[in-house]
Amino acid sequence: MKLKFGIKEVVAAGIGTALFVALTEVQIPLGFIPNTALQPRAALLAFLAAVFGPIVGGIVGLLGHALGDAFFYGSIWWSWVFPEAVFGIVVGLFANKFAVKEGEFSGKNIVLFNVVQVIANAVAWIVVAPVLDIVIYAEPANKVFLQGVWAFVGNIIIAGILGSLLGYAYTKISGKSSSLAKED
Amino acid sequence: MARVLTYEEKDTAIHRLCGVTKLIAFLAWSVTSMMTYDTRILAVMFVLSLVLYRLSKTKWSQVGPIFKFILFFLCINLIAIFFFSPGQGTKIYGTDTPLFHVVGPYVMNAEQLFYEFNVLLKYMTVVPAIFMFIVTTNPSEFAASLNRVGISYKIGYSIAIALRYIPDVQDDFNQIKNAQAARGIEMSKKATFGSRIKNTAAIMFPLVFSGMDRIDVVSNAMELRGFGKKKKRTWYMGKKLEKADYAVIAVSLLFMVIALGITYADGNRFYNPFV
Amino acid sequence: MEPIIEFKNFTFKYRTQVEPTLFDINLKIFPGEKVLIVGPSGSGKSTLAHCINGLVPFSYSGDISGEYYVGGKDPRKLDIFALSQMVGTVLQDTDGQFIGLTVAEDIAFALENDAVPREELLKKVDDVAKTVFVDEFLDHAPYALSGGQKQRVSMAGVLVDDVDILLFDEPLANLDPATGKKAIALIDEIQKNQGKTIVIIEHRLEDALYKDVDRIIVVGEGRIVADMTPDELLSKDILQQQGIREPLYVTALKHAGCEILPEKKPGHLETMDLSSYKEKVKTWFESVSLPEAALAEEAVLSVKNLNFSYLKDRPVLKDINFEIKRGEMSAIVGKNGAGKSTLSNLICGFLQPNSGEILLNGKDISPLSIKERGEKIGLVMQNPNQMISKPMIFDEVALGLSVRGVPEEEIKERVNETLKICGLYPYRKWPVNALSFGQKKRVTIASILVMNPEILILDEPTAGQDYRHYTEIMEFLKYLNEEKGITILMITHDMHLMLEYTNRAIVIADGELICDNSPAYVLSNEEISDRAYLKKTSLFDLAKCCEISEPQAFVERFIYYDREVRHG
Repeated sequence: MKLKFGIKEVVAAGIGTALFVALTEVQIPLGFIPNTALQPRAALLAFLAAVFGPIVGGIVGLLGHALGDAFFYGSIWWSWVFPEAVFGIVVGLFANKFAVKEGEFSGKNIVLFNVVQVIANAVAWIVVAPVLDIVIYAEPANKVFLQGVWAFVGNIIIAGILGSLLGYAYTKISGKSSSLAKED
Repeated sequence: MARVLTYEEKDTAIHRLCGVTKLIAFLAWSVTSMMTYDTRILAVMFVLSLVLYRLSKTKWSQVGPIFKFILFFLCINLIAIFFFSPGQGTKIYGTDTPLFHVVGPYVMNAEQLFYEFNVLLKYMTVVPAIFMFIVTTNPSEFAASLNRVGISYKIGYSIAIALRYIPDVQDDFNQIKNAQAARGIEMSKKATFGSRIKNTAAIMFPLVFSGMDRIDVVSNAMELRGFGKKKKRTWYMGKKLEKADYAVIAVSLLFMVIALGITYADGNRFYNPFV
Repeated sequence: MEPIIEFKNFTFKYRTQVEPTLFDINLKIFPGEKVLIVGPSGSGKSTLAHCINGLVPFSYSGDISGEYYVGGKDPRKLDIFALSQMVGTVLQDTDGQFIGLTVAEDIAFALENDAVPREELLKKVDDVAKTVFVDEFLDHAPYALSGGQKQRVSMAGVLVDDVDILLFDEPLANLDPATGKKAIALIDEIQKNQGKTIVIIEHRLEDALYKDVDRIIVVGEGRIVADMTPDELLSKDILQQQGIREPLYVTALKHAGCEILPEKKPGHLETMDLSSYKEKVKTWFESVSLPEAALAEEAVLSVKNLNFSYLKDRPVLKDINFEIKRGEMSAIVGKNGAGKSTLSNLICGFLQPNSGEILLNGKDISPLSIKERGEKIGLVMQNPNQMISKPMIFDEVALGLSVRGVPEEEIKERVNETLKICGLYPYRKWPVNALSFGQKKRVTIASILVMNPEILILDEPTAGQDYRHYTEIMEFLKYLNEEKGITILMITHDMHLMLEYTNRAIVIADGELICDNSPAYVLSNEEISDRAYLKKTSLFDLAKCCEISEPQAFVERFIYYDREVRHG
């Protein structure tokens, strides 16, 4: 497990949060259901947690969601902030296994990444978020669970597609290079 | 960034308080507002937040656009609650006093109306508190004061870095978005789902990768200037807690205890006018 | 006197690499000395700097053999913090170096980390801010500062720690020429007033030599190839062999057949003894004749009465008028923040003008969307990392076509053809990370070229590149311009670039177009150069010193002759 919180992690948590906040603006409308959108920032969080581990994942989730909400929407839905942190922590726990920085994020590692992100999303959005909604706001259970399932579906799609691609592209664009042959 | 809340320097009693004081007061306030469903207490809190709003000399133009935006979402949420669970009020308050018929099987009763009024009130007490917190707290001073309440300065610094780099990252984002748009990669609503994902990737990936480069550069710079050298560090923007700070902290904690005491006096977080 | 920095038979190999990056380095730097380290990219000069400030071996690990000492101590037995008390580093990337939310906090950063009590900290920050003249901006945020101001803040941030050695890593890379000159002057002042040891790493030799340095150390392929005074170095051929650009006046003297001798003090033109060279320079000047330039007549892009402002009463661009002729290679120049980028943003449609019009081939382009303009006017950003989103080179270049729904077969054909033009065809199946910076730049240029634009706009195409990469990128652009007929417009503050590769310079200062003329004219005109934060070229001064009556013609002939010599 990557439990180190050195300078690199301090900076990654800070700049990761800044990226997360900036991406709050970016939404992909689903189209077939009005007023619903996928949030690419969830893919960013999955990626950062996979690279830097659970502490960075947790901080970016917590801070990024809280600051993004506060700056753009002027209110913080704590019941949705904490699950974001939970998601970052759970994905981050497996950071060593994904080996994104080592440039080995492909095949088996991508499958594992997706298994983990689906579980992490389930814990965050189907368990933690609705429970907090009920405890804090006493909202009707059926409403909050439906919302939770909805968020779960959206986030597994976005983390699955964009998150996996992001990790893969990172190893190919910025990662270590290996020897290659030119072709005529 | 048209619709974004930011700190504005002013000289008021609220601005002069330490960031940490405001954070504690804000957290106490949020916890109270989260826990309680006691209408009387929520009403008092709502009035108090209006008073604080005046004291902070916040202008409507600073928060108005965002406030309207929140109100819109709140209304949607309230309508959603009604259609998902029109009997939630009855479940909580135990009685059923039908008022009028809405549509199909949906009937609005007094308990539901009262419950939803309470939900609205709850948000209305928290939203101004967040506004106040953001527009009156200097971000650097805030990071410094977190350290004062025992949170590791490294985490405080992560927050400072986040706040420092948000404008830079947003700049990058706009530049990349424009350059990609010129290549024909647009975030238009007409495109299919697949191509929307692709186009998002074309903007998001370069942003994230330049962010990763930036992490390396900044952490080298910090290392070269001795970050993390000692267990403790001092802060240029640090403030000492004054009498006013202690007073505010004491009052807000006391308020929380009393409010929650009143709320739970009858063993229930709801105030029930129906029995 | 004991050296403050000493390397003895020092060799260093990064853990991730097979071959050492530095071989058998022997070097002494004494207290109070001012030393310039030059060398092309990849020569190992940055690694040498990292060894001095402790990034090697503490951040970048590897194998060290031989001995080295900083401040009399073996850095391997210290840690990076102890080293940071002796060596203050000012990084090339001022945005990365600037960590604080405000100027004051950034200056205070090192002291904060040292847990200096707050009262003392406030005082020290005030003092240091005054020495580098940023005391007026203490409460400003980084984005409110110019590049030069940011760099002064960075200097304050290391000076505050009272270090003995100041290490500058390419201090001129992101500055316009006039600001760079000021930076060099400020470094000189700090050395003289505070007795610091100064190590400057820079490949812009002529600019770095604006003030005296004691020695220049040339690094090439991991070894020290020269360690001598500027006067000696400029008299030898080492710089050309290493691919470092020598000062233009030195090149000009050599073209004129003069033999540069150390005793003539070639380090500074002002103090150089030119008496024995004058006649040769004059004779050479008269012997070179310029070919008649063929004038293109057809305007491809016209900008008419263009005005733009973000806020009322604060115009960013005022009444801009100019025409770009088909097949031209021209430059928009001016200091950082003068409105150059705003102008290109208006042309590409990212911003809308308040009034005025932009015509492409005589037609108003205001009804066109960003995407439609992008098919005719291609924009290449400064940093290729800000454009590349695909792991594979082929896919990256194909992206603009595939989003436009071009058929698969045609994409393949056009992409391959473009890759061949750009010399990237052999690498088409490579992932992007396997490419050098210059190759990545080509990928971004290819990804625009593939859409067959009529005009290519490039933002600082050679920023941060050494002479070899600069030449490689610029020769490629010249080839596109001459052989493929693409009109090229570059936004730059690189004076060499505008002199050597463009036939026109459009000068913007404070939102106004103050000059539209040949680069030689612009750089021979003191008033215009000053307003645009450019620097008069040393060629002009040389011509004056040699009593040549048409200094501007001298500049033009030099550029022409130099190209002929280099390309045979």
